[in-house]
Amino acid sequence: MSTLLRVEDIHKRYGQEEVLKGVSFEMVKGETKVVIGPSGTGKSTLLRCINRLTPADRGRVWLEDEEITHTRTNINKIRAQIGFVFQSFNLFSHLTALGNVRIAPTKVKGMKKAEANRLAMEELERVGLADKAKAYPAELSGGQQQRVSIARALAMFPKLILFDEPTSALDPELIGEVLEVMISLAKDGMTMLVVTHEMGFARAVADEIIFMEHGVIVEQGSPSQMFTRPKHARTGEFLHKITELYGETE
Amino acid sequence: MITVGFVIGTLVALLQVYGGRTLGTLARIYEWIFRSIPALVLLFLFYYGPPRFGVDISGFMAATLALGFRSSAYQSQIFRGAIQCLASGQMMAARSVGMSRIRAIFSIILPQAFRLSVPGWTNEFSSVIKDTTLAYAVGFNEILRTARIVMDSAYELAMLAFIAVAVVFLVLTSAGNAAMGGLERRFRIPGLQMPGAGSEDQCR
Repeated sequence: MSTLLRVEDIHKRYGQEEVLKGVSFEMVKGETKVVIGPSGTGKSTLLRCINRLTPADRGRVWLEDEEITHTRTNINKIRAQIGFVFQSFNLFSHLTALGNVRIAPTKVKGMKKAEANRLAMEELERVGLADKAKAYPAELSGGQQQRVSIARALAMFPKLILFDEPTSALDPELIGEVLEVMISLAKDGMTMLVVTHEMGFARAVADEIIFMEHGVIVEQGSPSQMFTRPKHARTGEFLHKITELYGETE
Repeated sequence: MITVGFVIGTLVALLQVYGGRTLGTLARIYEWIFRSIPALVLLFLFYYGPPRFGVDISGFMAATLALGFRSSAYQSQIFRGAIQCLASGQMMAARSVGMSRIRAIFSIILPQAFRLSVPGWTNEFSSVIKDTTLAYAVGFNEILRTARIVMDSAYELAMLAFIAVAVVFLVLTSAGNAAMGGLERRFRIPGLQMPGAGSEDQCR
């Protein structure tokens, strides 16, 4: 299968601290990769370097054959093809759920309002929130807000969706509904790069797990390999700790 | 005046927040100048200044520009506060779906910032209406000048004329405030309001 995303030797420094010290990996179409690792290890920065929300200091990223990190690349055009789901949802507060899902197709792709409405309703249905189309973000629970934000990403027909700890800001009882949507996306063949602590999700749908620490990839491999016979002691130790802490919610 | 102030005020606020070092500094200097100089002095500068360079200016135009620019400096601070009150995640989310910075400002940032600005803006609206009396100083024939003409021709009516002026301003500012209140209610969105404005979610 052909490579969809290629990340090559990404470096990023904030002041004195180098948070990414040369991260490289590839993703093929339809793959789900889960990135795990302790806090402050550069996982979120890595996601933001991929769609240039944070510019990398060094290294290159390609989406298919287009180099995202090239200064002459039209980054808005690239971002329209890469969904991003934030930890804190970041829904547009002045728009209803429908408005949030509809706005990018209309303003970025120039889609007609009627068509965008239909598409937005379809995506809201897909995440189980068609009945909340007219609700504003403040009127939705955290889990519902995150599902709307997934619908917002889906409405652009992205080639890839980046998830930045999508369940970390949620009450435990709301995590399941978001993971359910993500699992169904993975099963539908969506390409997903997910930073998460949800080991149940990782085990259930990840094709590969990447363990990062101190700005580098320590180890990567299939869930079964990582959970049962990790190559590095540190990987096993972290997985053991995180599974104890977060359980195996799905 | 309020329109001049609104348009320039919005631009100055945007430059202060998103303009980078050079444009941001220029916007801050503009705001500093027009907020620091008294309105009456500005009015004289705009009325007596241009003729020195061969440009004729009417009292009305001088008043509109002087008070409009001054108001823009105050309005810029109302809008800047509202923009900075919005979570940075709003801009980031807008950029993440492929919006350009300008598109994000017009579609995401300003619609929220304007809503948050209405209470502060109502206050500025009243101030500008009342400041129009200063145009009297450059001979613009506004309401205070009319009262003065009445006083000059019939001194015994002076008090009555000034009471009439006071009533006109009471009516104008009250109508303006009522209209703003209506606007605020019309465009209110659950969860989108300035801190301390209510018990619901405050701006984040």
